Amino acid sequence: MNVSEIQTFEHEVLVIGAGGAGLRAAIECSARGLNTGVISKSLLGKAHTVMAEGGMAASLGNVDRRDNWKIHFRDTMRGGKFLNQWRMAELHAKQAPERVRELEEWGAVFDRTPDGLISQRNFGGHRYPRLAHVGDRTGLELIRTLQDHGVHQGIHFHMECTALRLLLDGGRIAGVAAYWRDTGRFVLFRVPAVIMATGGGGKAWFVTSNSWEYTGDGAALAYEAGAELMDLEFTQFHPTGMVWPPSVRGTLVTEGVRGDGGVLKNNKGERFMFNYIPKRFAPETADTIMEADRWPDDPSARRPPELLTRDVVARAIRAEVEAGRGSPHGGAFLDIASRRPADFIRRKLPSMYHQFKELAEVDITTTPMEVGPTLHYFMGGIRVDADTQQTNVPGLFACGECAAGLHGANRLGGNSLSDLIVFGKLAGEGAASYLGELQGTPRADDEQIKAAYREATDILNRESGENPYLFHEAIQEVMSNNVGIVRTGPELETAVEQLGVLKGRAKNLKAPGTSQYNPGWHEALSAKSLLVVGEAVARAAHLREESRGAHTRLDFEGEREECARFNIVIRKGASGEMQVEKLERPEPPKELAAIAYATLEELEEGELR
Amino acid sequence: MTKRVFRIWRGDARGGEFHEFDEEVDEGMVVLNVLHRIQAKQANDLALRWNCKAGKCGSCSMEINGRPRLACMTRMNVFGPTEVITVQPLKAFPVIKDLTSDVSWNYEQNKRIAPFKPQPRGADGEHRMYQEDVDRVQEFRKCIECFLCQDVCHVVRDRDRKDAFVGPRFMIRLASLEMHPLDDEDRIPEIKKEYGSGMCNITRCCTEICPEHINITDNGIIPLKERVIDRYYDPLARVARLFAGRKLRMKSHSEEHSVE
Repeated sequence: MNVSEIQTFEHEVLVIGAGGAGLRAAIECSARGLNTGVISKSLLGKAHTVMAEGGMAASLGNVDRRDNWKIHFRDTMRGGKFLNQWRMAELHAKQAPERVRELEEWGAVFDRTPDGLISQRNFGGHRYPRLAHVGDRTGLELIRTLQDHGVHQGIHFHMECTALRLLLDGGRIAGVAAYWRDTGRFVLFRVPAVIMATGGGGKAWFVTSNSWEYTGDGAALAYEAGAELMDLEFTQFHPTGMVWPPSVRGTLVTEGVRGDGGVLKNNKGERFMFNYIPKRFAPETADTIMEADRWPDDPSARRPPELLTRDVVARAIRAEVEAGRGSPHGGAFLDIASRRPADFIRRKLPSMYHQFKELAEVDITTTPMEVGPTLHYFMGGIRVDADTQQTNVPGLFACGECAAGLHGANRLGGNSLSDLIVFGKLAGEGAASYLGELQGTPRADDEQIKAAYREATDILNRESGENPYLFHEAIQEVMSNNVGIVRTGPELETAVEQLGVLKGRAKNLKAPGTSQYNPGWHEALSAKSLLVVGEAVARAAHLREESRGAHTRLDFEGEREECARFNIVIRKGASGEMQVEKLERPEPPKELAAIAYATLEELEEGELR
Repeated sequence: MTKRVFRIWRGDARGGEFHEFDEEVDEGMVVLNVLHRIQAKQANDLALRWNCKAGKCGSCSMEINGRPRLACMTRMNVFGPTEVITVQPLKAFPVIKDLTSDVSWNYEQNKRIAPFKPQPRGADGEHRMYQEDVDRVQEFRKCIECFLCQDVCHVVRDRDRKDAFVGPRFMIRLASLEMHPLDDEDRIPEIKKEYGSGMCNITRCCTEICPEHINITDNGIIPLKERVIDRYYDPLARVARLFAGRKLRMKSHSEEHSVE
């Protein structure tokens, strides 16, 4: 193979991933005069961001004037069980409103308040109505707005193109080896800066809301290039995925259903969430049905427990099912039909209405939905600097779901779309300032490039070997059985051991057919990433001997004070082994700590905008 | 669990043919589930696109028993118990391989459309728009770009006049900009000359096929045609425009035909 014959593009920065974070990062790079390329595994506008439903959190204060960045910050830290990076949570809460307004400037059409401003809806863990939204298709609005704006910014979009390996020169980023999905040909990007925006790795589990793209590529490629990963033990199980029919098990049912008045019931018709209110949230949560039903119209009423954070609700549903109080297909009932008029439901939740009608033949305006937990989101990912989004690998940046830090142990709904636009922009700024100071031109040697392509072609050229689809299922089986919503030490050890066996078997994957648009080959190529993130999650979960946020250990119940003092960091050791270590958290800045631990009254009355 | 027969077109730009597959089908399955099963068990290299599995991303567009559909939203129980299910790629675009076609022409059309040009913000730093004024635009913005409407459009598909007409998808994209309360761009001349609003002869095939149930023809294309007529063929408007020195705009949708 002659490297000079491979199709080559030269950009100053390459963004990997074209969801909300990648597009926002690319727009920023381009605005700063950088020659910017974007590669995406799918066609433009199809990224998983389109699946985001409820909205994006920003303390615009349009619906409740009492809201401000401090309360958003406090909610985010509390939701993340104080394992978030303080500075990221601060930047996010402060900058989200301006990023949302900017989308409007680029053509987004959010739902409106009666006086013509961007409307905001209630969501789990958010004190006030805070989510700017468009019915229940906010993610589509976000991605289309960025896409339609982005195509006029001189960005080079390379669609259906998958990264295989990050290329280095003396430890610095020098390029990306990739291939075109449609033709199967290899392509080389010679770039001194890369922004990862690849999303999470939910496809390592059977029941997930994630699409095929979510194979943990960003975290895995960064890890292989020497970047540190963090907080991988925190994988969010969204409490409400569809449970029936089996073919759509895991598909997301927006939290907006509960935000707009839906309640959870067991098979006895009880609103069971009242039995699962954690101590920390008890003062701010309604403890009777009567009080919950007065909310939100009565300002003295506290929030219904159905709007507790996702980790709490997901565990509660699981516990009800375990106790024999589940719905016929092993979930809970999510009932909005008896709570809101049919036309309200169709207007506020049109795609949920459509989704249940078409896929489950259930009319949600008359019948409760059956829902259960589904792997939805990685709070953890690539470790980055809060202000620049740079990793410990010079020239490598990460933003969005594939980056760690903002959400800590648990993400609040609505904080991911705002995460994408806040940190997408910051990653673009970070890359621009890195390039401004870069000395010389990093250049990848031919050996790295050839090795990446050789490994890929071996899968096609092998005489025989394992079926990539069944191999993927084997990974899912390990993760679903041993690294689920509740975990134990021995199960996590089993997972690491079995993934080790699978790693050996991965060397024998075989994709029949040619390289031209061959999903079997694509599946085989993503197996490597799935194995890295799967192992990282299992190892981190094993090391965290407590239950906090989305991470629940049956053998270590409850939060432990000493475990609040570290995050878990993962890196590749010198001999290729995965190293896991506790990284002590620095003391928070005094002002931020004061806000995070303040009472609501202090924040509302002390310093309004 | 029952066995079903699938006829799947396999091939590429050089040609191809239908291959028959028997596959097990469970209760509640959609066509995409069965295709995935065939892919995993019988044809590892079967090319098809998909993402969200819930009708939200518009990736798995294909022609199923002759009708353009999303495979993820086509339940197996819509077919007769012994009906053979024939699956092939979208016909209006060049095939890449098996069930994938090259839809890049659509992305080129989108790029031709002038970007949104917002009016300045109000004195309080806010853009004000009222829900009743954005309902129509939001209807158009539901579009998931599955391109099924492009696939059934007679102008795009049968007459292959891609040179003269951007197709229904981009007519409603234009409508979403033209009817956007904040957009300050004058789009009527391009809608007529560049994008070919006159080419649509209102057969409403696009509207019938739209998985998002967007009323493409009546709420999008016809109002655009009317705005073109008002601009170019209404003598009063021409005189008024001469004096006003700028385009006449009608933003309130109440002046237009509204079909729900």
